[in-house]
Amino acid sequence: MIFESHKKAFIEEMIELLGDLEQTLLELEERMNDKELIAKVFRALHTVKGSAGMFGYDQMSQFTHNIENVYDYIRNGDLLISHHIIDLTLQARDQLIIMLQLDYDVHDSLNAKAQEIVTAFGDLIKQFKGEDSAPKLQTVPMHEAPAPVTLEANAQLQTYLIHFRPPRDIFKNGTNPTALLDELSKLGSALIIPSVDEVPILEFLDAEDFFISWDILLQTNQGRDAIADIFIFVDDGHTIEIKEYHTPVAPLKDSDFNELQSIIEQKAPESCHNFEELLQMAFSELEPVVSVQDKIIPVNAIRKEMQDKQHGPDTVTSLRVSTEKLDELVNLVSELVTIQARLGQIASMSGDTTVVMISEEVERITWALRDSALNIRMLPIGTTFSKFKRLVRDLSHSLGKEVDLATLGAETELDKTVIEKLSDPLIHIIRNSIDHGIESPEERVKAGKPAAGTIHLSASQSGGTVLISIRDDGAGINKESVRRKAIVTGLINENQEVTDTELYALLFAPGFSTAKSVTNVSGRGVGMDVVKRAIESLRGSVSIESKEHIGTTVLLKLPLTLAIIDGLLVCIDSEKFVLPLSSVEECVELLQQDIERAHGRNIINIRGEIIPYINLRRRFSLNQSIPEIQQVVIAGIDGVRVGFLVDKVIGQHQTVLKTLGRAYKNLEGISGATILGDGSVALILDIAKLAEREVIEESI
Amino acid sequence: MSKVILTVDDSASVRQAVSFTLRENGYQVVEAVDGRDALSKMTGLTIDMVITDLNMPNIDGIELIRQIRKHPQHRFIPIIMLTTESQTEKKLAGKSAGATGWIVKPFTPEQLLQVVKKVLG
Repeated sequence: MIFESHKKAFIEEMIELLGDLEQTLLELEERMNDKELIAKVFRALHTVKGSAGMFGYDQMSQFTHNIENVYDYIRNGDLLISHHIIDLTLQARDQLIIMLQLDYDVHDSLNAKAQEIVTAFGDLIKQFKGEDSAPKLQTVPMHEAPAPVTLEANAQLQTYLIHFRPPRDIFKNGTNPTALLDELSKLGSALIIPSVDEVPILEFLDAEDFFISWDILLQTNQGRDAIADIFIFVDDGHTIEIKEYHTPVAPLKDSDFNELQSIIEQKAPESCHNFEELLQMAFSELEPVVSVQDKIIPVNAIRKEMQDKQHGPDTVTSLRVSTEKLDELVNLVSELVTIQARLGQIASMSGDTTVVMISEEVERITWALRDSALNIRMLPIGTTFSKFKRLVRDLSHSLGKEVDLATLGAETELDKTVIEKLSDPLIHIIRNSIDHGIESPEERVKAGKPAAGTIHLSASQSGGTVLISIRDDGAGINKESVRRKAIVTGLINENQEVTDTELYALLFAPGFSTAKSVTNVSGRGVGMDVVKRAIESLRGSVSIESKEHIGTTVLLKLPLTLAIIDGLLVCIDSEKFVLPLSSVEECVELLQQDIERAHGRNIINIRGEIIPYINLRRRFSLNQSIPEIQQVVIAGIDGVRVGFLVDKVIGQHQTVLKTLGRAYKNLEGISGATILGDGSVALILDIAKLAEREVIEESI
Repeated sequence: MSKVILTVDDSASVRQAVSFTLRENGYQVVEAVDGRDALSKMTGLTIDMVITDLNMPNIDGIELIRQIRKHPQHRFIPIIMLTTESQTEKKLAGKSAGATGWIVKPFTPEQLLQVVKKVLG
């Protein structure tokens, strides 16, 4: 039985530990002389080996053992750390993650890869030791289950004479000799006779030394090994002597032991010091025995009892809660927020001050509860950042470039779901930076830049939004080649004037890539549009700024949380809609004369700037009377200002997001719904999708 | 009075597994993450036994054993070290530093309890 119940904790710990190991290895690569880092790597490997074995991951343990060996040599100065070794160790580390995920199941292919790594590590040792025995990865479990001590297997009762002479300093290593004797008596029936011959006279007696020895007659069915096992911690070759002894009567009863004891105690002191002679004498005085019954100490019964106790409540100081439970909590809190808003409305209408007071108190508590529930889901974004160091290292190596990664604001907190979904887009962007942005060392030096490029990854929070920027000091985007490519792919006309912002926005079009050749890193043209879609699915936005020869910055704007958003509540007829407030730039009035001046086209002139707007009334086929003064909500979408025509802007609204369910999943332009204080439903607009569709329809 | 055992291991999962097994069997457990933590937690406490890993940051197991053996209050308490199978020399180093005994990793809850009973009596 292994420590199964703690396996989950083990896996989590391993993932953390292997993550740290990766970090340490990367640091080590920068500071190869740092002994502390080498010790840290060794320690991590050692822990992996030890713990993996404990929780049944034998192959993992065996595998790690081979790597740990090499680091033991490095630690002792026998072997020098090198890029090659660090590289191999990183591979091994990845392999360990795979092994961890596969649980006990091991594929042949995995075995091959693992064996390859093990062989490479074996070669390292061979190189300086000259040994030709490369270690083999064993698939045999490292530890066999301990052979259970069964009564059937060793049922034979045997009698032993044991002489136990503890070393003088036995107390100094914390051993309690009488505990060993107690343990010994549990093996069967024992006659224990102490000898105090060596105890010095009082003035020479050191109270911390030990002078007593024992002679023991033991009748047991457990065998000699079980006896030796008890003394394993104290035996240095002289401490314990065990020999088989044939008693005149066999087997002995408990009463016999008692009788022998009293005979010896009466006679021993003055007669003789040899235990065997004493025993012979005692046996001769023992009355003949007629009937005999074995007495077996039920060792197995004790064991079973211990096993039965295995499962019970654990005491914990911190909790690991599944994400589903958290989602459920956030969901319930959202419901509460909605119902509380309703209560607030009714309370204020009732005019009853007591009810208003209670309602306000409920509101205060509800918001506090909402904040703390959302806070539980928050994680520092640094957990994602640390992954990229490895990515940058591997990628820049394979492309023959030198790139450093500098991170800032790793402590910025974001919703767990957002963080998880952010990882892939960030990988895409960083890949792009390294592949397209950062130049080769020669080009960089020629351009007067340091040979090593730098990617700055930073995160910061601003209100309900988190800003993440990925800035490189590479070549920047070549506007001309973007333009040419856009013309070729038909995204713009040959003579069309486009601003830089619009030009960069084209990079997010599906299938757009300016890379001349397809490398295994990028250039397949699937990068940036996937990034854009992923970020938008998180209700965020992405934009690019670039200066040729100076570098490129990709800026991501993300909401702190996915469950509740700040919205702008608007109405058209009796229908209410919510626009995400983070995109809204301003609201302006649209008078009848403005419409006439535009000759039926949906454009509005704001301080000299012509902005197109979308007539939501028409889009949603709401055909009631149009008010005299309408309002246009101006929103920024990918750096382009687009207006949305509504009847009236009601105001800011804390919006608890509800999905529309499967039936309406593919509805374009609506990202969800929310329940208002009065119980009615307002649809949440997906403004980016609405704008996109409008453009498509107009071009048709 | 149930006996108090101090478990020292930088691996939380192993430490927890050991501590859990001990608690389930009626022992009181104090946990420490490394040698330094162990020494500070021992101060002023009555500890009946220590179970320690060897490879740890800050103060490692061997040094911890040495320090405990010099400690006026705790110098005679039993100390069990957790080692991995390959390290015979570690076992000897532990013994000469003053360890009472050892448990070889990987081990089972039963093996752990057996050793604890043997040492504590």
